[in-house]
Amino acid sequence: MSDSNHEQYENLSDKQKNRTIWKVIMASSLGTLIEWYDFYLFGSLAVVLATKFFPADNPTAAFLSTLATFAAGFVVRPFGALFFGRLGDIIGRKYTFLVTLLIMGFSTFLIGCIPSYETIGFMAPLLVLILRLLQGLALGGEYGGAATYVAEYAQPHRRGYWTSWIQTTATVGLFISLVVILLTKSTLSAEDFDTWGWRVPFWISILMVVVSYFIRKNMKESPLFAKAKSEGKISTNPLKESFGNRFNFKFVLLALFGAAMGQGVIWYTGQFYSMSFMQKVMNIEGTQVDSLMAIALLLGTPFFVFFGWLSDKVGRKAVMMAGMVIAIFAYRPIYTAMFKSLNTSEKVVSTGGITEARTAKVHNKIATDSLITFHKEIAYTDGTLAKKDSVVHWSPAGPVMKDGKAEAPKVTQSIKITDDTKWYLVFLVFIQVIFVTMVYGPIAAFLVEMFPVRIRYTSMSLPYHIGNGVFGGLLPAVATYLVTTAKDAGHTSWYLEGLWYPIGVATVCLIIGMIYLKRKNNNIHD
Amino acid sequence: MDGLKKILGIVWILLALVVLYFGLTVMGIPKLTSGKQEDLVFGIIIVFILLPIVSGGLGVFGYYALSGDYSEEKL
Repeated sequence: MSDSNHEQYENLSDKQKNRTIWKVIMASSLGTLIEWYDFYLFGSLAVVLATKFFPADNPTAAFLSTLATFAAGFVVRPFGALFFGRLGDIIGRKYTFLVTLLIMGFSTFLIGCIPSYETIGFMAPLLVLILRLLQGLALGGEYGGAATYVAEYAQPHRRGYWTSWIQTTATVGLFISLVVILLTKSTLSAEDFDTWGWRVPFWISILMVVVSYFIRKNMKESPLFAKAKSEGKISTNPLKESFGNRFNFKFVLLALFGAAMGQGVIWYTGQFYSMSFMQKVMNIEGTQVDSLMAIALLLGTPFFVFFGWLSDKVGRKAVMMAGMVIAIFAYRPIYTAMFKSLNTSEKVVSTGGITEARTAKVHNKIATDSLITFHKEIAYTDGTLAKKDSVVHWSPAGPVMKDGKAEAPKVTQSIKITDDTKWYLVFLVFIQVIFVTMVYGPIAAFLVEMFPVRIRYTSMSLPYHIGNGVFGGLLPAVATYLVTTAKDAGHTSWYLEGLWYPIGVATVCLIIGMIYLKRKNNNIHD
Repeated sequence: MDGLKKILGIVWILLALVVLYFGLTVMGIPKLTSGKQEDLVFGIIIVFILLPIVSGGLGVFGYYALSGDYSEEKL
């Protein structure tokens, strides 16, 4: 779009602008949604991917797995924000987020094509690692571009509303990844899914990427960037201007510590910690957790738009800080209620409801050894069904010894919950998703308004990805550490201890945000 | 309010130091020295990437706050 095109856009009526912006939102959101879908797919299928590419008994493969898990979020995402942010501020938003879309799409598709570790050995985990890092790089560059692109088309008084559509994409991407996996699993047998079916969700990505590419390709450059470019006002070195200039850098730090880090931990708590808590702490069956999460996410998604719209009326700060303060005080009661909803010690066992069985099979790697499985099922009167499998490694000489003691059995537990409990948990997760929508709905507009056009893509991308990738991404590791430590110490409410991390980070962010951010300022800081 | 912003700058610098200390002693160094390869990766990421960003960033934020960069007239 040239400068004259920019003037044409400015001269459009509000109705015509709305029509244009819907196209812009469709083009931006679809691509961003696909990128999130691709990124989450790896996490959602982590268990299957581990068996195919990262065998746990192989230290090198396990090492590559750890790199893939941590490096993509912690290191490569912020680096992608810098790399593509710089490009976006120099050559333009449109071309940059076309590139990120293609990198993400092809990386995802190729993950679904890599032969397993059994077929090509170390090349398999190495290729997966490289593709996963490319995914992280692309995601780092995508969000800032999409948010900036939409914001630069939006009317100033509706910027929060329009950009909030972009904000829905992360949650919808997670939702779609869960639904696609559930559908694939339900249409295939467990064996087929394990053999080749897990590849299908990765392949589907390429179809969506091709469609999104052609939609984006036909869009014009953002009017504000086009104007700045035609006037020769774009930055030649956005990285230096953003982070080497004290005036701009202080806003980058304020965006990070006064908004993005609190938003990051609340987002991760509502959408990921809640899921992991139900699976690992409450031992609820994986498919039940996936389906109840999908329902809660679907119900919560419209609220991104609502709180984006509300932030146009009352200010971004008011909405985001309210979300943080409510979350800080509500997390412990919510997780207490979640945990107690499945307290089997208060349930009554059905008559004849306890079933026990013992099976044995030859060890899959040591032909002389056996694996003995002790299976126990307890059915409760309300319909809850608890299953427990203890697998013992047995050699011809008796139990396999480790450090002078019999090797501990591998125990897996799962609980099938009733419909009542499921809907109660949907409600409790839904409340957490509402907190997510309060802090996340307005943040794109908030970040865009904090930085001028010439360095916007670079400056807003970094705090966003550090807030989410680093502060949010640390949540599982820190929370697991806190829970394990409390459990080992015999703490009565050990299951709540992991919450101290999001509560602590959000509290610091709330204080900084309340004191240092301006009360109501929805104007571009140019 | 400007006075409070400046005084809190000291709090953010101290908090950055506390994060650095606990990050190193509780998570970073134990992971680096555990002898497990997967812990080593996590330890390296914590010590060389996360702590500089989190602790360093908060420290610089505190310094700017203490210097009055976030006073009403400069925002």
